Amino acid sequence: MTVEAHRVFVPRDTTARSMGADDVAAAIVAEAAGRGESVTVVRNGSRGLYWLEPMIEVEAGGARHAYGPVQSADVAALFDAGFLAGGEHGLGLGPTEEIPWLAKQSRLTFARVGITDPLSLDDYRAQGGYQGLARAVDLSRDEIIGIVTESGLRGRGGAAFPTGIKWRTVLNAEGAQKYVTCNADEGDSGTYADRMVMESDPFVLIEGMTIAGLAVGATIGYIYLRAEYPLAIRIMNEAIGIAEAAGLLGENVMGSGRAFHVEVREAAGAYICGEETSMLESLEGKRGVIRYRPPLPAIKGLFGAPTIVNNVITLASVPIILAEGAEYYRDYGTGRSRGTLTVQLAGNVRRGGLVEIGFGRTLRELLEDFGGGTATGRPIRAVQAGGPLGAYIHPSQFDTPLDYEAFDEIGGMIGHGGLVVFDDTVDMGEQARFAMEFCAIESCGKCTPCRIGAVRGVEVIDRILSGDDESGNLLLLRDLCDTMVAGSLCALGGMAPFPVISVLDHFPEDLRAR
Amino acid sequence: MSTRSAGSGTGAHEALISGIAQRHAARPGGLLPALHAIQDELGYVPPEAVPTVAEVFNISRAEVHGVISFYHLFRTTAPGRRTLYLCRAEACQAMGARALESHTKERLGIDFHETTADGRISLEPIYCLGNCACSPAVMIDDFVHGRVTPQRLDALLEEG
Repeated sequence: MTVEAHRVFVPRDTTARSMGADDVAAAIVAEAAGRGESVTVVRNGSRGLYWLEPMIEVEAGGARHAYGPVQSADVAALFDAGFLAGGEHGLGLGPTEEIPWLAKQSRLTFARVGITDPLSLDDYRAQGGYQGLARAVDLSRDEIIGIVTESGLRGRGGAAFPTGIKWRTVLNAEGAQKYVTCNADEGDSGTYADRMVMESDPFVLIEGMTIAGLAVGATIGYIYLRAEYPLAIRIMNEAIGIAEAAGLLGENVMGSGRAFHVEVREAAGAYICGEETSMLESLEGKRGVIRYRPPLPAIKGLFGAPTIVNNVITLASVPIILAEGAEYYRDYGTGRSRGTLTVQLAGNVRRGGLVEIGFGRTLRELLEDFGGGTATGRPIRAVQAGGPLGAYIHPSQFDTPLDYEAFDEIGGMIGHGGLVVFDDTVDMGEQARFAMEFCAIESCGKCTPCRIGAVRGVEVIDRILSGDDESGNLLLLRDLCDTMVAGSLCALGGMAPFPVISVLDHFPEDLRAR
Repeated sequence: MSTRSAGSGTGAHEALISGIAQRHAARPGGLLPALHAIQDELGYVPPEAVPTVAEVFNISRAEVHGVISFYHLFRTTAPGRRTLYLCRAEACQAMGARALESHTKERLGIDFHETTADGRISLEPIYCLGNCACSPAVMIDDFVHGRVTPQRLDALLEEG
């Protein structure tokens, strides 16, 4: 009689590995061998409960049970406690799906993330994968775009432009060759949702891009993927190879007679290349200098051809919309912000990780109910939302609902959904200075307000902090911010002043002579 | 993002660089992939690559130089045996990245974009490794480490 091997899941995602997951996996294999236990270690993606990584799971009694954070030194004791059968141990978290932090979420785009082996096509299909594409191949282009439009999906990269409208523009544009490009240059600090999708559920991005290709008649897709994500590059490339071998990419996608190819292009560390026109220049093999708009990339994009430019999360949300229908997705959310938002809790936060929920919850719910306050246990002083170009939000604004328009009203932005938490030891004067410094480092140099303004911004803040004509320079700093906001060609120079202005408005006591 | 170190010497890499350039020249937008491939092989893009790549791609040397110098992650000098990328972005700042940065520079005796005199380590700033829930983060070659205290960094540097 053969005994079926116990399956133990140890994530292979970057954050889990950064906390020791590889050592834990090796320790489990060694310990099992020593004890004569039959164990299969599955390297799944991460569930996104990052404060518990490495979080391992076992299958027992028809459910998955979690333990974390596990270090390799804990492994022997876990075996002693009978963890292979879900036994009790100090690191035990109970059935994974019942962990409140996870149970309170609405995982649509992240439905499979952390559950499956990222490179198992069987896993992907068993969990609903490729149902969206299967439906799309039977629909007309117009019908696919109609469903995406009705779902209310808006670009999750930060600009929140309605996805269906963008696709229709590409469909209607004249061009023998059209492209689908995926912006995977996730440069905003405090964001990692794109990385998680690519490392933990790469097929969903491939499926979303393929549907986009069918919808607009594009046959080539590029994923512009940041060099800072070497593991994501490796996993995406492997997944593309697997999809090609299975006939899900190539000349005859799913037997539809239509072609679609995907290729990963590695970026090279320029933040500005997350700006869509700069990304297109970079994909063309040039300096990532931004382009004037119009023409829109949808009309004249990559190599001058009509091009979809969408963020990873946007494209990864498409398969479930096609599979379950527009209404299913639209029923989540509030106002004009439909569907789910993938919030990434980051920085000085006790329970950091990926929270996918319908729009409309308040910032406070995220920071307190999910985040549990700061990691240091001190009060939260500020939260930067939406990346390095996003405003620092003051605790008096924490009741703002997560909704594109509501954030706009307080001078903030949801952007790509990153929330970076700071405790009360933060020096907001330094944070304002860094916003300008970062803009100076990353400016593409095309327009003067950004190229020169950011450098002057650092200088003016230095003068304020050193007590050189404080009131005159504070006025000058406001004026400089106005010039950059109004005069820059793209969002880098146009929004880099937002964190600075938010410090001037809400934390003026830190931007003073010292 | 390879860090393979290589012997220098003008002309030594000519054939290799030319071969890589020719493999990528016909690809749409092939210049970045070609430069990456050169850096993967040599650990950097040496100055002598510029005229060779320019000729194969049929573009000016200025254009090739312009692309190399635009992107932070292309380097034009040989790296140390290992490269330490230290994240300077906000989520890491919130968890002590500034202190980690000064500790690292002091310990290694070098600033960003420099290599220790014994050729062991190159230090580079990086703006976000996507490890923001377990900050501060560093990457050594292509492996990311989370919640890096100064003590833990010292231990990591001792390891290899």
